[in-house]
Amino acid sequence: MSEIEDKMPENGEAMPIPMIELIDVCKSFGTKKVLDGVNLRVTKGESLAVMGGSGTGKSVMLKCVLGLMKPDSGSILIAGEPMTGASARDQQRLRAHFGMLFQGGALFDSLPIWRNVTFALTNGRGGHRKEMRDKAAMLLERVGLGVEVLDLRPSSLSGGMQKRAALARAIAHEPDILFFDEPTTGLDPVLAGRINRLIVELVKEMGATAVTITHDLHSARTIADRVAMLHQGKVIWDGPASSLDHSGNEIVDDFVKGLE
Amino acid sequence: MMLILRLLAALGRAVIGVFAGAGRLVIFAAQVIRAALVPPYYFGRLFEQMALIGWFSLPVVGLTALFTGAALAQQIYVGGGRFNAASTVPAIVVFGMIRELGPVLVGLMVAGRVASAMAAELGTMRVTEQIDALATLRADPFRWLIAPRLIAGVLMLPLLVMVANAIGIMGGWLLSVNKLGFNSGAYLATTRKFIEHDDFVMALVKAAVFGFFIALLGCYHGYRASGGAAGVGAATTRAVVSSFIMILLSNLIITLAVFG
Repeated sequence: MSEIEDKMPENGEAMPIPMIELIDVCKSFGTKKVLDGVNLRVTKGESLAVMGGSGTGKSVMLKCVLGLMKPDSGSILIAGEPMTGASARDQQRLRAHFGMLFQGGALFDSLPIWRNVTFALTNGRGGHRKEMRDKAAMLLERVGLGVEVLDLRPSSLSGGMQKRAALARAIAHEPDILFFDEPTTGLDPVLAGRINRLIVELVKEMGATAVTITHDLHSARTIADRVAMLHQGKVIWDGPASSLDHSGNEIVDDFVKGLE
Repeated sequence: MMLILRLLAALGRAVIGVFAGAGRLVIFAAQVIRAALVPPYYFGRLFEQMALIGWFSLPVVGLTALFTGAALAQQIYVGGGRFNAASTVPAIVVFGMIRELGPVLVGLMVAGRVASAMAAELGTMRVTEQIDALATLRADPFRWLIAPRLIAGVLMLPLLVMVANAIGIMGGWLLSVNKLGFNSGAYLATTRKFIEHDDFVMALVKAAVFGFFIALLGCYHGYRASGGAAGVGAATTRAVVSSFIMILLSNLIITLAVFG
């Protein structure tokens, strides 16, 4: 993983290279414009929540950043390197920066939990069994799961346990950017609170940059330092999480009031 | 005039749709072949798929071949009897099983069992974001998921066809000796005389081609599945129907090329 150097502008003040930068990103499906010129910067160590109603392009934006979808125009830089237009090999190398928690966990059904958790370390191979099981046990402990789940299949775990196991898998290779896609969707309020706290602890411990896609205001306030509001394919508001209640933006106000 | 234009437009859309679909499939096939030939290889995944496609298909393939061989012997005995040619049973059972019925029946049985399973598994992985998760964990889905299935299909179908041919010929022999009054030694001697090297090779080539199409179409439709459970169901149906068609079409092409 490349170290992020600080750029020195002419005035001598250090201006950090953003870990993630989206410049005028557009993406359409047929005639439907999902992203319509998105501009966004996330600096190192920052925790950003991207909010917006259903179908506003939050997940599409995330998939474009990960290189899973190709934007129609615009560019995406990861630690200063272009993700858009990069070769498959370079995209795969850039993905080493990321750890991703998918909405439904996306654990591999065909593998036991210990192989799921250590997948990024083994490249999907089954070798170094003893060492990897120990590593998986350690990671699972970090997210509050015991060794009794090591040999279970994902389908044997509850929704909350699957989220935790998926979180353990996302942090296994010590990524410097963590993505959380709707981390609390489908969980009861107590479990959602636990997952939120766990995310905050892990992000702080690892010193990682975090981007959370959510429409859960409580989750956004707990996890994020900064919030960006996506509406009709554009970022219409971007500010500290603490200013959500007095954003001065009508759409953000409606969103906040509508949910609370 | 407008009606004619509309009809032509609809026809044009359908033709473009067919060519676009064929193009997507060819590009997919090229990507899979590249992933199958260029390292890294996942031998563990390959052996797993070889067992699933080969070993676990043996019961259904064996039973199908046994019953078909016996039924074929009975039909040839009855039909041949009209022309005083009942003694041709062993020769026609050999030709029928090795040249056509062995490869085609194995192909269809394995397509029903394996193409559907591949499409359902990959389709479920697609709609639950497990394929996206693979990419974010830096494992190429083509290498980890699809190439082992394609190689296993190409390697296992010829073995299954060899087994099916042997069992089918045995089914004909069992019925002929026990019901139709053939002499066992004479039947087997005629059988050996009519087993030709070129027929045997053609059967194996057909089997490898069928294995390729079964794995390719099962994976292709599963990989492109969308729209939840209904989408996975539709992908599974498409995988089975398209592999049936490709098996029967490629069988005709190979038969015409060799005997035409």
